[in-house]
Amino acid sequence: MAEVLVYVDHVDGAVRKPTLELLTLARRVGEPVAVALGAGAADTAAVLGEHGAVKVLTHDASEYADYLVVPKVDALQAAVEAVSPAAVLVPSSAEGKEIAARLALRIGSGVITDAVDIEAGDEGPVATQSVFAASFTTKSRVSKGTPVITVKPNSAAVEAAPADAAVSELSVTFSAQATGTRVTGRTPRESTGRPELTEAAIVVSGGRGVNGAENFAIIEALADSLGAAVGASRAAVDAGWYPHTNQVGQTGKSVSPQLYIANGISGAIQHRAGMQTSKTIVAVNKDAEAPIFDLVDYGVVGDLFDVVPALTEEIKTRKG
Amino acid sequence: MSLRIVVTVKYVPDATGDRHFADDLTVDRDDVDGLLSELDEYAVEQALQISENSDDDVEVTVLTVGPEDAKDALRKALSMGADKAIHVEDDDLHGTDALGTSLVLAKAIEKAGYDLVVSGMASTDGTMGVVPALLAERLGVPQVTLLSEVSVEDGTVKGRRDGDAASEQLEASLPAVVSVTDQSGEARYPSFKGIMAAKKKPVESWDLSDLELEAGQVGLEGSWTTVDSAAQRPARTAGTIVKDEGEGGKQLAEFLASQKFI
Ligand SMILES: Cc1cc2nc3c(=O)[nH]c(=O)nc-3n(C[C@H](O)[C@H](O)[C@H](O)COP(=O)(O)OP(=O)(O)OC[C@H]3O[C@@H](n4cnc5c(N)ncnc54)[C@H](O)[C@@H]3O)c2cc1C
Ligand SMILES: Cc1cc2nc3c(=O)[nH]c(=O)nc-3n(C[C@H](O)[C@H](O)[C@H](O)COP(=O)(O)OP(=O)(O)OC[C@H]3O[C@@H](n4cnc5c(N)ncnc54)[C@H](O)[C@@H]3O)c2cc1C
Repeated sequence: MAEVLVYVDHVDGAVRKPTLELLTLARRVGEPVAVALGAGAADTAAVLGEHGAVKVLTHDASEYADYLVVPKVDALQAAVEAVSPAAVLVPSSAEGKEIAARLALRIGSGVITDAVDIEAGDEGPVATQSVFAASFTTKSRVSKGTPVITVKPNSAAVEAAPADAAVSELSVTFSAQATGTRVTGRTPRESTGRPELTEAAIVVSGGRGVNGAENFAIIEALADSLGAAVGASRAAVDAGWYPHTNQVGQTGKSVSPQLYIANGISGAIQHRAGMQTSKTIVAVNKDAEAPIFDLVDYGVVGDLFDVVPALTEEIKTRKG
Repeated sequence: MSLRIVVTVKYVPDATGDRHFADDLTVDRDDVDGLLSELDEYAVEQALQISENSDDDVEVTVLTVGPEDAKDALRKALSMGADKAIHVEDDDLHGTDALGTSLVLAKAIEKAGYDLVVSGMASTDGTMGVVPALLAERLGVPQVTLLSEVSVEDGTVKGRRDGDAASEQLEASLPAVVSVTDQSGEARYPSFKGIMAAKKKPVESWDLSDLELEAGQVGLEGSWTTVDSAAQRPARTAGTIVKDEGEGGKQLAEFLASQKFI
């Protein structure tokens, strides 16, 4: 069976959930071979093996942290040359897409970004994309070279599939471009203790209707009662009420949770672009004409300052 | 010293219009109004600010690859304050994928001459966010992308990239390719004076032969990706909408419980 390269997104050896989802998709197309780079790379092997990786190629060097993107492209290219895979799958983060595109160009292959599903096909893997703010679904293929495909979070279930995960060291020679862009400082994001926005099963968002940074406490309280991540519309972010890292939409994060709760958000096309593929959508808005109600499974026309705290109370009571 | 900035701008169908696909599964550009991608206005803005903050002799050129109407996008960028424009237009470009687009842009950037390329974070139609990285790869210069803050001084570009896990300070020597996000600062509106001045600014038109490219390297034929189908997403079935008469929170909890979320 052909091998499929999976680029591992991890933080100091802790594998992020979208990578495990990629292993599920990779197994539909071939045998997953994982590539883990940077500090902690070797620590990823156990969990990757539990989810189907037959091999884990690792490499650590200071270049991965000290320079932008290119060292990782060099390494992935080395892995492609070592393995001759049937496809390369990369998580669809901003960086993942940049790595994938540069790799594709180097190996003379086409690239597809932001797939939400992958199936095996007669002419190679078929990727499903959700485009034009999720109003269309396309199916595409890479028609030249080794398909390079980036996949959005929450596109597949994480499945246990114990495999060997034989670890070996990848041999990497960095290119002349590798040290072009220096990372001169890094401020890690502070952890909020809440789930990662793109990975969460439930997302609770607030918009302009929340009307102030201090009022986001009621959005957070609802989120915490459900174990959810907190999102925000661009209007709320631009007003300085909530950090940009929590923005949902075209220029923020794209989320696809089981449940999305929009509070005081009108439902502009650019916001929808980031949440329209959520399984269940719920909205609280005082304007019955707000376009967000076109998307909802359940909507409450009302003042969020009444409805949201009452909802949080009721959830707490029910959960005991 | 002089500094030559090339800003790449894309002409896109209006996102608030009814965007759809043509029979050959490319974007239908006839039925929806087009405009300068809003996210490229930020790129024009940052290029103009770099120019205004510089003691050097700076020239800002805006470059687009697109159909005839893409001239509108160039006009808008010129009226914001860019100095001149280049329009790459050729019937054979129809259906070009990201790799092909980056090839055409890179050839045009080289022909124009550059010290700094400024791009948007992503287009508002394809939304791939890969063209700037591809330009850096093709041009063989540093990629300093997705910046929410950018400055250029003494032949060095610096900026802040707000990533998922961390916010990073980046630095590279020119020539380089940068892309800027919508967090980089509001784009200016063209002034009346700017709009009048734009009418007199030069717009060059280049085709594939000007860039020494062959038809087979671009367009649908030269594309390394193939779209097999495009289907409109079925409208979501109408949900239940209730008016809050004091019980809205409880009713919503009831719904969430029925769906096993509580
Ligand atoms: C290129 C581009 C990219 C963009 N990217 C994004 C993006 O990534 N994400 C994004 O969100 N937007 C994005 N936008 C902006 C988008 O167009 C909208 O402006 C934005 O989503 C509006 O946010 P909102 O719904 O919170 O605010 P509004 O549209 O002002 O809606 C506020 C809503 O709150 C309701 N409300 C007010 N008070 C209450 C109350 N007390 N109780 C209940 N309801 C109340 C109102 O009825 C209204 O419907 C982008 C725009 C452009 C041009
Ligand atoms: C819905 C949809 C899905 C697509 N999926 C794929 C795919 O999976 N793989 C693939 O190879 N192609 C794909 N394409 C085609 C691809 O979008 C175009 O080839 C496009 O020219 C480059 O990608 P982008 O628009 O996403 O640019 P991005 O990479 O998002 O653009 C970033 C920046 O590059 C610059 N730029 C991009 N295009 C131009 C231009 N024509 N002129 C000047 N500057 C420009 C701008 O500064 C822009 O802000 C898709 C197109 C659509 C409409």
